[in-house]
Amino acid sequence: MHWLAEVHVALRSGIADPEGQTIGSALRSLGYATVTEVRSGKLMRIAFEAVDHAAAEDAVTEMCLRLLANPVLETASWDLRADEQQDAEEALP
Amino acid sequence: MTLVTRHPRVAVAVFPGTWSERDFAHVARTVLGWEASLLWHTETDLGGPDAVVLPGGFAHGDHLRTGAVARFSPIMRAVEAFAAAGGPVIGSCNGFQILTEAGMLPGALMRNDHLEFRCDWQALRVERPSAAEAWLGDFADGDVIRLPISHGEGRYVADSVTLDELERNGRVVLRYADADGQVTADANPNGSERGIAGIVNAGGNVLGLMPHPERAAEPEVGGVDGLRLFRSLERWLQARPAAAERRL
Repeated sequence: MHWLAEVHVALRSGIADPEGQTIGSALRSLGYATVTEVRSGKLMRIAFEAVDHAAAEDAVTEMCLRLLANPVLETASWDLRADEQQDAEEALP
Repeated sequence: MTLVTRHPRVAVAVFPGTWSERDFAHVARTVLGWEASLLWHTETDLGGPDAVVLPGGFAHGDHLRTGAVARFSPIMRAVEAFAAAGGPVIGSCNGFQILTEAGMLPGALMRNDHLEFRCDWQALRVERPSAAEAWLGDFADGDVIRLPISHGEGRYVADSVTLDELERNGRVVLRYADADGQVTADANPNGSERGIAGIVNAGGNVLGLMPHPERAAEPEVGGVDGLRLFRSLERWLQARPAAAERRL
């Protein structure tokens, strides 16, 4: 089965985020005076194959632990869904 | 006991995007008359060096995070084994970032707090150099030295437990300072926690630092304090002929 994972990597709370702070002050200077905080992060869309949902979850967990997020600084969360379109295309004769 | 008189041999790892490997090799070969080999990151055999250098640059484009991809390069297995056996390893700038990503040193290096790339001469205070004798044996506690820095992501970060442990065990060996050796916020070029510019592993053989000692090894470039790290290594190796011979 084909799967799509959207992995969100965010800085842990308490880790200073100068990029987010700079974006926040830019927004305020554009007139969005009510902006109190911006935290920056990364979004990665990963297409891959796994036999079932549990195996896909395990794979994403491992990807995050080994490479996608540095546990010293970051946390990772993700949305995982079956890529039915890709599965359907592959099922065509 | 046989006196080892040969010159030190250093292996310099080269990743796609590394930029300081030739400066390290120049200092080793031309300034000091040592042997230096440049090893592509796919190598799995270091060739029996006395020390290993992870130089500065942008290994693998620094994509994802600095050092995050480089730590999986094949050569890193050999570097980890070399370090585990007590071999001296230095990671400067991007090399320091790789060492933290590889878990060979604690903490991480993040974007400078002001978001700017900083390229300048920087005063540093040497602290408890005996904790990193192979690389800092020629220094005294409290020495103030000048080395170039050149980085956009040099802000050292670790949780307070890790920082306290590093301090307690004397593993913070270099701090950003002013010309008088005072560690102040103004002297800190990137927002590093506690002004940390360099740390060493528990074994004392793996040194990570953001500054570039290889860029301060000849008077023509404005300073020679970096040469003292190389001299430290040479003396450390000479004092250990058995270890040096084992690698012959």
